Amino acid sequence: MAAGRAGAAPGLTGKLARLLRDPFTVAGLTIYAVLIIVAVFADQLMTHDPGEILFRANGRVASNQPPSAAYLLGTTNLGRDVYSQLIGGSRIALVVGFTAAICVAAFGTLIGLLAGYFGGKLDAILMRLADLALAIPFLPFAIVLAGFSRSSTTNVIVAVVLLLWPNTARVIRAQVLTVKERAYVEAARVTGASDARILFVHVAPNILPLTFLYGSVAIGWAILTEAAVSFVGFGDAKNISWGYMLQDAFVSQALSRGSWHWFVPPGLCIILVVIAGFFIARGAEDVLFPKLRS
Amino acid sequence: MTSAQTPTHPLVTASGLSKRFAAPRRLSDLFNGQRPHIYAVDGIDLCIGKGESVGLLGESGCGKTTTGRLLLKLTEPSAGSIAFDGVAIDTLKGNDLTAFRKRAQLVFQNPFDALNPRFTIERVLAEPLVNTGVERASHRDKVEKALAQVRLPPLSRFEGLFPHQLSGGQLQRIVLARALVLEPDFIVADEPVSMLDVSVRAGVLNVMREVRATLGLAALYISHDLALVRYVCSTTLVMYLGKIVEQGPTADLLKMPLHPYTRALVNAVPVPRVDQSHEALPIIGNVSDARGQPRGCRFRDRCPMAVARCAEEEPPLRDLGQGRQVACHLA
Repeated sequence: MAAGRAGAAPGLTGKLARLLRDPFTVAGLTIYAVLIIVAVFADQLMTHDPGEILFRANGRVASNQPPSAAYLLGTTNLGRDVYSQLIGGSRIALVVGFTAAICVAAFGTLIGLLAGYFGGKLDAILMRLADLALAIPFLPFAIVLAGFSRSSTTNVIVAVVLLLWPNTARVIRAQVLTVKERAYVEAARVTGASDARILFVHVAPNILPLTFLYGSVAIGWAILTEAAVSFVGFGDAKNISWGYMLQDAFVSQALSRGSWHWFVPPGLCIILVVIAGFFIARGAEDVLFPKLRS
Repeated sequence: MTSAQTPTHPLVTASGLSKRFAAPRRLSDLFNGQRPHIYAVDGIDLCIGKGESVGLLGESGCGKTTTGRLLLKLTEPSAGSIAFDGVAIDTLKGNDLTAFRKRAQLVFQNPFDALNPRFTIERVLAEPLVNTGVERASHRDKVEKALAQVRLPPLSRFEGLFPHQLSGGQLQRIVLARALVLEPDFIVADEPVSMLDVSVRAGVLNVMREVRATLGLAALYISHDLALVRYVCSTTLVMYLGKIVEQGPTADLLKMPLHPYTRALVNAVPVPRVDQSHEALPIIGNVSDARGQPRGCRFRDRCPMAVARCAEEEPPLRDLGQGRQVACHLA
């Protein structure tokens, strides 16, 4: 068999290999990997219960301790272990980030597929809904939703999904519009494939990389939103997230007390995880749209 | 369609077939309140008999491909009707549509785009069988048979291969095999070899001719290539701007074209001789705008022989005997 066009149309594995040569992508994937490992082994990694008030040997509350062997990142003003809170926060970040990302990617992709493939009225209705969702200011909506209903992590995820699906849906729709004109889609139709089969077997797999791309961006957005909502005080009080840590540090004037060890680590973690999504998106863009690079 | 042209056992018949597309509106259209249309296919009749191979000649944009897509129910006609083996296809749905799909297939122009890049060759070839609900146990046999028909090695040689790992000639045979795997009665071949290197064209064309003869397939070859049509088609239709301007037995039509457009096409074929005295029929300008339905003959702007009558009256397709029909006042 002549492998004439192997270079021109690399398969999925070829794309993956190119993705892994990009240093930004590797950095992004590494951050995600560390996040997942830490979240999974959080129970083993925590040195204290993040909600427990710790006491010193003399019986007094171990408040505002600097980092030490006993308290790796020091303690809060109420004597809670910052390091353990940070580790515990990774779980919330992971749950919020990945749940929201999966929902955004799945929902947005489905809407984009239907709108792009069937066109006409369905397309018009779905895309006007998307415009509507895009017109709603993001953070105020999340805060209002959290404020009006019981503040919970679920609400944050709902808010992120409700407002982020249109970005994915629009891009997927645009891609479907080009893929559905390809001859192999017509070939599927002429050989008797149903609309559902054409859509999910022939069209969808060819736009899947974009779904992953938007999913990885949504992870960052979701974690950022959760942090922001927690920071303004509408977070779930039962879950000590990174945003909650920042709020706790803020209201107890950690900055003026110089407790850098308290609020810098959660802030750094949020930045790293959010940036990881954009790093991966950046690398994936090079692979998905090589013509844009020049 | 006249009795002289109608084969004894018609398989595909179309009458008054039209397809129009909305044209982009110009500013003047907005003021006039008009919605202009482009007529890709404008009231054509055709008939393809069982086992017959018909060529559809014409330049880019004359409506050849649209005609082929209409006959396969890949797009719906704006007017006119199509019957396949006596059954009107415009209302087919569900199982009846699947039954029609099994019998009428398409061979694509560009083999590099016609196969799903994420499907292995095996899956590409089995896909039509899956789609039409053929029982799974027989898939492998049918795929092997189709591969043998297009003179490709057995399936074991394509184990795990994807379309991009094959050459153009192999891909076009795979495209043909995919159409044959359903054992159709009718295939539309849309410029089946125009994307291939000249060196592999003959091979693919021979396979198509052979397959058609042994299986008794009816075929519509869509092409701008006179050599191809002469090689594989018994009857030829010539299209210009959505209309059939001439039709007849291929050999006669190419030897003695009656319509000035056909004559220009035949004269435009390059001859591989340096000292060839070349009397190209002077046809002027470009294809005129397909917006709206113009009065008179569509070819008159470019026709060297046009007379006053050509602008007034649209020439109908006239029967000239011996199976030949032409749409020209002067022929």
